[in-house]
Amino acid sequence: MAMSPFFTLLRRDMTLALREGGAIGTALGFYLIVIAMLPLGLGPDLNLLSRIAPGLLWIALLLSALLSLGRMFETDHEDGSLELLAIGGTPLELVAAAKALAHWLTTGIPLALLAPLLGILLNLDLSAYGVLVLTMLVGTPAISFLGAIGAALTLRARRGGLLLALLILPLYVPTLIYGIQAISGALLAGQSFWPSFLILSALSLGSLVLGPLAAAAALRIQLQ
Amino acid sequence: MLLDLRSPVHKARGDDPPRPPHVEPRPGPVLRLTAENLSIRRGNRLVIDGLSFAADSGEVLLLTGPNGAGKTTLLRAIAGFLTLESGKTALEGGDVEREIGEQSHYVGHANGIKLGLTAAENLEFWSTYLGGSAARTHRRDRVYDALERLRLASLEDIPAAYLSAGQKRRLGLGRLLVADRPLWLLDEPTVSLDAASVALLAGIVEEHLTGGGLVLAATHIPLGLGSARELRLGGSATASTGPEDTITMEETGFNTGLPSVEQPRQGHEK
Repeated sequence: MAMSPFFTLLRRDMTLALREGGAIGTALGFYLIVIAMLPLGLGPDLNLLSRIAPGLLWIALLLSALLSLGRMFETDHEDGSLELLAIGGTPLELVAAAKALAHWLTTGIPLALLAPLLGILLNLDLSAYGVLVLTMLVGTPAISFLGAIGAALTLRARRGGLLLALLILPLYVPTLIYGIQAISGALLAGQSFWPSFLILSALSLGSLVLGPLAAAAALRIQLQ
Repeated sequence: MLLDLRSPVHKARGDDPPRPPHVEPRPGPVLRLTAENLSIRRGNRLVIDGLSFAADSGEVLLLTGPNGAGKTTLLRAIAGFLTLESGKTALEGGDVEREIGEQSHYVGHANGIKLGLTAAENLEFWSTYLGGSAARTHRRDRVYDALERLRLASLEDIPAAYLSAGQKRRLGLGRLLVADRPLWLLDEPTVSLDAASVALLAGIVEEHLTGGGLVLAATHIPLGLGSARELRLGGSATASTGPEDTITMEETGFNTGLPSVEQPRQGHEK
């Protein structure tokens, strides 16, 4: 019985995200523009671009995902829905999990799927496309679920977006490091893909549990 | 229409007023919301100080008082959003495994509707989210009945963003009709409603009371209910006139002569 409200909420959030489209469009557009500007700034050295492409694609993805994180609870707080969700009988942890999952499905996955297209702009090595998308799909849940903590903490802060970036970006460092490690492990001889990839998966799974717990605790304070 | 006001006084006398015949009383235990020695702090100010009251099912308790008297604070505390400084609240006869808030409809200043969803989608969401196990077709019927009743049926496919303020308010109140919850906490429910809609709301509240529900409404505009018990929140920090920690129950001439509960007016000089 607790799962039905969960999926109802998930479906509502996804419907709203797709129908309004603003958040997804902004994130994808930002990602495109940042990546398109990099070769202009770095010069036409294809070898250089190719070497740093995975790192640039990952960092730009983190920043793009961050843009829409602030809205995760904000709209529900503004229109009074959040209070009603809280006393709806569903644990606030599940509410936070549903909203983070909706964010991942509507932002994390589209960004991860756009990444290989943008890789062309950076002369990404052909053999890296598959592993890039794979690490991003596995790593992006951590962005949404850890991001939920920051979104909940900065809910009532003015100019919370900047604060959110300061709070949350450091938490993304492990995901970034192991994401890049896994890619270079798959591409370079003498390095191993699996250890880094499994740690990346573990980070995402851990955030799946810890993110909603911490976000719900923060939301309870915010509703005071 | 008769209003079922089974106040403690009536019950003690044993003269239960007659119910409107068309509504079946909801089965289940009689509810009693009690608050004991409630104190709530907002910032540095003790907004509610040593308040005790009780309300029974079938009763509407009107919270009145000037701005800042703590009406919203009290409702939010009962819903469970605020931590109590001291005291406790309980819903006797309710579901012991659920918090009071989880047995309540809370209508706050915001409507709790999504502008990107249509009127029907908004109510369907709350119906499913709050309704739990009821069958899908049954829920859908209730949603359309509610839209009909709130005079929103012609707007069911319109995104809520295009509704007027009063229509949005009515849509927000639709929650009350699509999911059963015994306790209704209404904070200024009449805001942006026209006279006809206020009457509509009064009818909905009456029906809920007849079904054994319990309503706490904060308002400084008369709800349009013929009579109700009043809990006056003072907000005044004058010197104590009565004994400490007691409630003054006095027969006031308010509307019906039903007893009105007064918050103890104790001075807490700090």
